[in-house]
Amino acid sequence: MKFESQKVAQPYFIFALVLFVGQILFGLIMGLQYVDGDFLTSWLPFNVARMVHTNLLLVWLLFGFMGASYYLVPEEADTELYSPWLAKVTFWVFAVAGVATILGYLLVPYARLAELTYNHLLPTMGREFLEQPTITKIGIVLVCLSYVFNIGMTILKGRKTVINMVLITGLIGLAVFFLFSFYNPSNLVLDKYFWWWVVHLWVEGVWELILGAILAFVVIKVTGVDREVVEKWLYMIIALALISGLIGMGHHYFWIGPGTYWLWLGSIFSALEPVPFFMMVMFAFKMVAERRYEHQNKVAIKWALGTAVMGFLGAGVWGFIHTLAPVNYYTHGSQITAAHGHLAFFGAYAMIVMTIISYAMPILRGRPHGNPPSAQRLETFAFWAMCTSMVGITLALTVAGAWQVALQRLPEASEALGFMATQDKIAPVFWVREVLGLIFFVGLMAYLGSFFVGSKELASDSELQLKDAAAA
Amino acid sequence: MAERFTKGMARNIYYGGGVFVFLLLVGLTFDTMLKMPERDHRVNLTESVARGKGVWEHNNCIGCHSLMGEGAYYAPELANVFDRRGAGSEQSFRAFMSAWMAAQPLQVEGRRKMPQFHLTQEQVDDLSEFLIWTSRIDDNDWPPNIEG
Ligand code: HEC
Ligand code: HEM
Ligand code: HEM
Ligand SMILES: [Fe+2]
Repeated sequence: MKFESQKVAQPYFIFALVLFVGQILFGLIMGLQYVDGDFLTSWLPFNVARMVHTNLLLVWLLFGFMGASYYLVPEEADTELYSPWLAKVTFWVFAVAGVATILGYLLVPYARLAELTYNHLLPTMGREFLEQPTITKIGIVLVCLSYVFNIGMTILKGRKTVINMVLITGLIGLAVFFLFSFYNPSNLVLDKYFWWWVVHLWVEGVWELILGAILAFVVIKVTGVDREVVEKWLYMIIALALISGLIGMGHHYFWIGPGTYWLWLGSIFSALEPVPFFMMVMFAFKMVAERRYEHQNKVAIKWALGTAVMGFLGAGVWGFIHTLAPVNYYTHGSQITAAHGHLAFFGAYAMIVMTIISYAMPILRGRPHGNPPSAQRLETFAFWAMCTSMVGITLALTVAGAWQVALQRLPEASEALGFMATQDKIAPVFWVREVLGLIFFVGLMAYLGSFFVGSKELASDSELQLKDAAAA
Repeated sequence: MAERFTKGMARNIYYGGGVFVFLLLVGLTFDTMLKMPERDHRVNLTESVARGKGVWEHNNCIGCHSLMGEGAYYAPELANVFDRRGAGSEQSFRAFMSAWMAAQPLQVEGRRKMPQFHLTQEQVDDLSEFLIWTSRIDDNDWPPNIEG
């Protein structure tokens, strides 16, 4: 750690992981509700569990991005954070607002929550991923402003490296596109059209800049490769991400009202979206192959490579399989979509946050060379458990989706099964998903456990070093 | 070879390409907005339809259902529920909706449950209007068949 102020990243990382655990618990509950309609439903209807699952995901990823920025921007800018105090206050504001909102979902019926928060004054609630009360949305904007301001001022007073500039561009984009969540006209088509300006332009636009910047930072740190080379890659990756991804948004405009030319534009441009994800794979492996030294934090390198690979699989491969309009006509809004959503969010964004945590947390905890071997072994197990079970979940949902399409959508109307009958048929696959979800949970617990093992090793290690020093 | 492709060139592709494509997106959006009134048949968007959308949002129906293929995948698609359950008449669809909303949750063991929302008759009628209006948006003939 070069600067004292980087320390403010620590609570962000810890809280992100706490929320991650919550997210998975609610995922597992929903997984059971999928196959047993009576499981907990009078306490926790499916829609409430889903809101909690997806909103916790978004919030913990945001905490992760914030922690990552507070850690890496001072180091890149070669100066202390503009205001550590503001970063600490922002942490508490965001944490309290986040927890209060989740409690609101869980403790009062949604319609009551809408009333209590005066949703009618500026109706923004009740849309997927944007379920937060309007007041929470305003809070998110304020938190983002304070965060972007703090990071921006730090960069202004320090070195303006490419990584910093790309990161801040991504953060500004994140804040700006979130403003579309306040636009909710009574015309459903317009509502949906601009809803995607938050959701798609986040995950397939500005978040890719954030992802690229964090990945580039960690890669430089663990390989020691020349910055110039890394920066050229970073520019090319994000250039292609924007060039393909902005018009690629058309893959959501096929069946919700916009005109027919989107069938072509959406298909062609989004078919190119896997390219930048593939370049991330080439970039990560090439840099590690050309590394200048052996960093002792082996597992952080594994996370960095894993992010590139799993992001490519989830976004690139699983995105591509349903992105062409003639295919999407049959798979739209099926379990195929859920399969892709899971692997893409996990592979690209959950894993980049775990990458930076894996690299930075040991340093924040006074272990500049990474965690001791026993902790790294456990973390490596966690890495494989989570990655393989998530691939398994994705495969299960893909089977479910293909089966669903075959039963419900491909046949003529008279022979097609109804939605509920189809779900009954494919229930066995949902059981498989649930079991794999439990394995994922075990992996997550192992991951958290790895933070608590090996302190003894470390102690005896430093004793050894002391003895060495004494002997010399 | 690699040396001839410099960082400066990569940066220019990023800035130039990014800005250009973003402007293109804005242009396409303007064009789409000009043509939209015909496709979304907003002339038929009555007060009741607008209120119905509000009821839909206030009760988070999207947390279980998909609407035009977006949302959750736990319960049936509803953008075409008018075609599926309306028997071709708005009158009978309204009757279906009143009966359906009143009957929830169905007492079938193990079957996925839709909660009881305690809506007023007016709210249910608004929901019906909203779903009827939605079913008539020009969505390039999605879904493939009536089952959604
Ligand atoms: C907790 C999940 C959940 C929520 C929230 C929910 N539903 Fe449902 N809904 C279901 C399920 C499950 C079914 C299928 C029930 C069955 O077939 O037994 C269903 C069926 C329906 C149907 C009949 C569809 C058909 O084709 O037969 C309509 C209409 C409907 N819901 C409307 C709504 C409206 C309007 C709302 C919001 C006010 C809503 N639902 C909220 C779970 C939900
Ligand atoms: C990391 C990046 C990505 C993430 C996190 C992501 C996530 C998601 C999510 C959550 C959805 C579901 C949205 C909803 O609920 O309606 C979705 C839909 C979709 N995504 Fe992605 N995605 C990513 C990249 C991509 C890429 C690169 C492609 C194309 C190659 C793609 C193609 C699609 C398509 C076609 C849909 C619509 C599915 C449908 O019709 O139901 N995605 N994505
Ligand atoms: C490990 C156990 C998990 C289980 C059992 C699980 C289960 C579910 C279920 C049942 C849904 C709702 C699908 C529907 O609408 O019908 C869902 C949605 C979602 N989950 Fe998970 N989940 C798990 C983990 C994760 C993880 C690790 C991530 C990402 C990091 C994630 C991201 C999402 C997203 C983005 C959606 C919305 C998908 C969409 O709209 O298409 N989940 N999950
Ligand atoms: Fe997209």
